[in-house]
Amino acid sequence: MTRRRLVAAVLAVAFVVLPLAVGDFGLSVLTFAGIFAVGAIGLDLAVGHAGQISLGHGFFMGVGAYAAVNLGAEAGLGLPVWLSGAAVAGGALGALVGLCALRLRGAYLAIVTVGVVFVGLYVWNNVPAISGGAAGAGGEAPAVLGPLDFNHLRVAGQSYAREQAWFWLVWALVAAAAWLAANLVRSRTGRAWQAVHDNELAASAVGVDVGRAKVSAFAVAGALGAVAGALYFGYVQYVGPDEWSLFLSVQFLAIVIVGGSGRLAGPVVGAVVLGGAPRLVEELSPHLPIGGLGLTVANLNRLLFGLLVVCFVAYAPRGLAGGWDDLQRRRRWGRRPLADAPMVRAAVADEPTIDDKEQL
Amino acid sequence: MTRLAQLLVAGVAVGSLYGLIALGFVVVYRASHVFNFAHGSFLLLGAYLTYGFHQQLGLPFFPALGLAAVAAAAAGVAVERLALRRMVGQPPFAVIMITIGVALVMDALMVWAWGAERLTVGDPWGLTTYRLGGAGGVRVAAIDIARLLAAGLVLAAYWLFCRYSSLGVAMRATAADQEAAVASGIDVHRVFAVCWALAAAIATVAGVLLAGGARGVDPSLSAVALAAFPALVLGGVNSPVGAIVGGLALGVVEVLAAGYGPGWLPGALGANVHTVVPYLVLLGVLLVRPSGMFGDRERARL
Repeated sequence: MTRRRLVAAVLAVAFVVLPLAVGDFGLSVLTFAGIFAVGAIGLDLAVGHAGQISLGHGFFMGVGAYAAVNLGAEAGLGLPVWLSGAAVAGGALGALVGLCALRLRGAYLAIVTVGVVFVGLYVWNNVPAISGGAAGAGGEAPAVLGPLDFNHLRVAGQSYAREQAWFWLVWALVAAAAWLAANLVRSRTGRAWQAVHDNELAASAVGVDVGRAKVSAFAVAGALGAVAGALYFGYVQYVGPDEWSLFLSVQFLAIVIVGGSGRLAGPVVGAVVLGGAPRLVEELSPHLPIGGLGLTVANLNRLLFGLLVVCFVAYAPRGLAGGWDDLQRRRRWGRRPLADAPMVRAAVADEPTIDDKEQL
Repeated sequence: MTRLAQLLVAGVAVGSLYGLIALGFVVVYRASHVFNFAHGSFLLLGAYLTYGFHQQLGLPFFPALGLAAVAAAAAGVAVERLALRRMVGQPPFAVIMITIGVALVMDALMVWAWGAERLTVGDPWGLTTYRLGGAGGVRVAAIDIARLLAAGLVLAAYWLFCRYSSLGVAMRATAADQEAAVASGIDVHRVFAVCWALAAAIATVAGVLLAGGARGVDPSLSAVALAAFPALVLGGVNSPVGAIVGGLALGVVEVLAAGYGPGWLPGALGANVHTVVPYLVLLGVLLVRPSGMFGDRERARL
């Protein structure tokens, strides 16, 4: 068995066995992690692969949540309808934000995506027809898929708790999102993203349609963010208008960075480590001496996220997944930097690198 | 008419604050191309430090403000040294994320130190207001006059510093061309440190003027810096004059939206409309002129 197959087999076994072995609290933490993983996979396509800054991912999650509120809980339509409705709404709005990215980059783009969050907060607070206004929106979105009802799961005469059922649903969708992302990245579109990420001007010089690449990256990111939001509402059954804040967007970015941006496993690893962290901190807080230090739970979370972001960006920009890759390489090639690996050295031996040329 | 005049006065006052905040962003961005999302935390730090020196240690207000500015400047240098020096030459995304991380850490530590309740800074302007043009005339708060004066004075001081001090000239040289600046013997790292110190000191002034009057200082103060983004972009991220002009324009637009929005818009749409109007203006401006009113156009080269 190759290593890939081994990993896949372990994950498959964990997928089936975990809900049977882990208690309700642990499962809900993992389900939240899975919901964040779906969104983070999307964000990483825009950030890690296409190199576009987005501080607006929390907005798209909100879009998806309210799609689920209106299509699922209000109109009573089925799971496939409100999930795909969320994806379409998120994708369309993502494409709109992507249009802004055509003329803007770096700090300006970051500011516009911050603006998207504020416009979103205004809409969620002031248009009750969409969001239930400041009071929020609650209700049960039907979660029936074929013979399976994930809100009241019964399979072969055996009934399962909601936590178990939603774990399976959410993590199946994580797998689907990861599969989609892996294939997109290897497609023509994905290679265009990578080209834009590496050098926008060079990409357009060799004929990559930069505009199309940017818009499609934001559209896919928005769609997956919205799917995450829809799942969040389906699971929690209540959403308030102020949940879709800038801090949520920052949490998504932290997940991508800590996990390792630009690689498939990154957002998932990051989501498992950080997506469940707020719940864990909340649960463990009575046992931690933070009360004595005068720190609140929310505050501790911010401190934790802040420190992790700074440390990872500054000292481990390749994230946990990248660190794992480095470990593997080291086992194969010893403790030498990448440039010393025999293949790399052979490849660069007689050609001056682009950097060298630029120096000249 | 009085209502319009009253709103314009309020708009100019809010606008000078936005201008001051935006100026702090510009000072750092111009020299080091770091877009500092932690600037809001420096506003908060400056206000808390002034509170600490004035209310907790009992120093008179203006010396307390001065000490707070110096202490905040030291914190700015520390942040530059610890978190950002490693990031020179890294992609903008990484640098922006570092500043966001720094903001989260700073905010959390300040809540830890000063708590989450609203504290009074104890500024000398307080709630004093003057009425212009007799009864029924326009009311002007003392602190609003201080805000406008401070924006003008800080901008003038910054301009004089850039124009006549050798450090200021070094800052301009670094802004114009970093490599050429290094080649002509300018210590670019020192320039960056000075920029962070200046930005933190300006943030202290802005933070105290923001917290002064009726508002007081609490952790939500740092979010005001986000509201100043549109001002920054309107003016152009590398133009100090643009920052102040953009700030004033934004302040007037925002206050007018807050004043007339609820009456003109149907239903609940009017509430808080002033929080989005600046961003809508910003989107419009960016799509027409991506580098703002006064910003330099960036040229890309392969």
